Amino acid sequence: MELRTPITEEVRRSLKVGQLVEITGEIYSARDAAHKRMAETLKAGGQAPISFEGNIVYYTGPTPPREGAALGSAGPTTSMRMDAFWEELLPFGLLATLGKGGRGPALRAKMKGLGAIYFMAVGGTGAFLTQHIKKAEVVAYEDLGTEAIRRLTVEKLPVIVCVDSEGHDLLEEGKAKWRRTPVGAVATSTSNGGGG
Amino acid sequence: MREITTTEITDTVKRLFQEANYYLPDDVVASIEKARTQEESPLGKDILGQILENQKIARTQQIALCQDTGTSCVFLDLGQDVHVTGGGLYDAVNEGIRQAYTTGFLRASIADHPFSSRTNTKDNTPGVIHTEIVAGDQLGITVMPKGGGCENMSQIKVLLPGAGKAGISQFICDVIEESGGNPCPPLIVGVGIGGTAEYAMYLAKKSLLRKVEETNPDPETAGFEAELLTAVNKLGLGPQAVGGTQTALAVHVETYPTHITALPVAVNLQCHSARTKHAVL
Repeated sequence: MELRTPITEEVRRSLKVGQLVEITGEIYSARDAAHKRMAETLKAGGQAPISFEGNIVYYTGPTPPREGAALGSAGPTTSMRMDAFWEELLPFGLLATLGKGGRGPALRAKMKGLGAIYFMAVGGTGAFLTQHIKKAEVVAYEDLGTEAIRRLTVEKLPVIVCVDSEGHDLLEEGKAKWRRTPVGAVATSTSNGGGG
Repeated sequence: MREITTTEITDTVKRLFQEANYYLPDDVVASIEKARTQEESPLGKDILGQILENQKIARTQQIALCQDTGTSCVFLDLGQDVHVTGGGLYDAVNEGIRQAYTTGFLRASIADHPFSSRTNTKDNTPGVIHTEIVAGDQLGITVMPKGGGCENMSQIKVLLPGAGKAGISQFICDVIEESGGNPCPPLIVGVGIGGTAEYAMYLAKKSLLRKVEETNPDPETAGFEAELLTAVNKLGLGPQAVGGTQTALAVHVETYPTHITALPVAVNLQCHSARTKHAVL
């Protein structure tokens, strides 16, 4: 289905785990360094550089663009590194995120309480994904270079609903469905106690 | 004694890193195509299709396969009859990295101090350089831009000698299961067994330089590689860990004699964007 930003709470709550979605509209890029700075700014009583209300934050740090392109390669980075910042950035309206890999169980529980959603894009396909990014403009923290916050205009950016507003997790469900070996079949390996 | 100039080395390193970042090796493409036909999960199959489409676009447009253009790992096989002229060997390698990343539209991803300033060096230097001295008068250069997603999931454990193959297999499966989608499966699983703690990890990394389908020359080790691949794929993680049968494309094992008290096992994961490039001077 096609999803146009900004997204309302109603739309956010209607999306189901595993659903294939094409995002069209404006989204924002931010990753480790920008998250750290935003969290520090908030702690110091400062203002948010932008509001993420109704928007999607894409965890990406692109390569420089060749002439004529908005960005170079721009695939998702590992989302779990941003888990620790999520709650701190809630005042910025951060309820929809996009990255790769799973989110930790503690974060998923907190997300569920607020009806937040997490999308995943296919990691390692930045050359493919950037074809769907039509415009990119730095809106904050320009000194962070690739890690600056950018407003991206995207067209039919293909993503998958990985954690929906009810807390269903695609990775947990996928593993349970496709696992062909019993859990704990082999005694867990033990570390070496010493030598001599 | 044969002379090789630092200019030749710099130019070669620059070319190899740019090509490695734009062109996924043929054997990796073939292996992902095979995985796509074998994958039973429809979503997993679609993901493998997108990965194949990605490499076509990167190749045609000469843009990086992945925005994480990695830590610049360099493996040198330096012939003992080679004399490098015109400056320092490692300086020449780092100059090649600098030129590759600053002129090739590649992302600079190296922080200058690991726990303090973490300021970007802006040219992806310094590289991580491994050198082996070998017979002959040639210089072999293999480059590997290694992404953080997979490298960060690496683990080393020194098992009890009695843990044997079952213990090794369990450890490897634990590492892969814990890492989930973070290292971007389907993976090539690099495993180093034996030696010492740091040498086991070196072997694990080095095993990733093999062609995907190339097995260990020792039949017993090759048989273990096949067993491990089956065990890993039974975990059900699949492409990007959305669930499926193709969690890994291959498991590569390298071994080395070890101390009577020890069984070191190191796992170094490689994402599907298995970028390597090799040249001989």
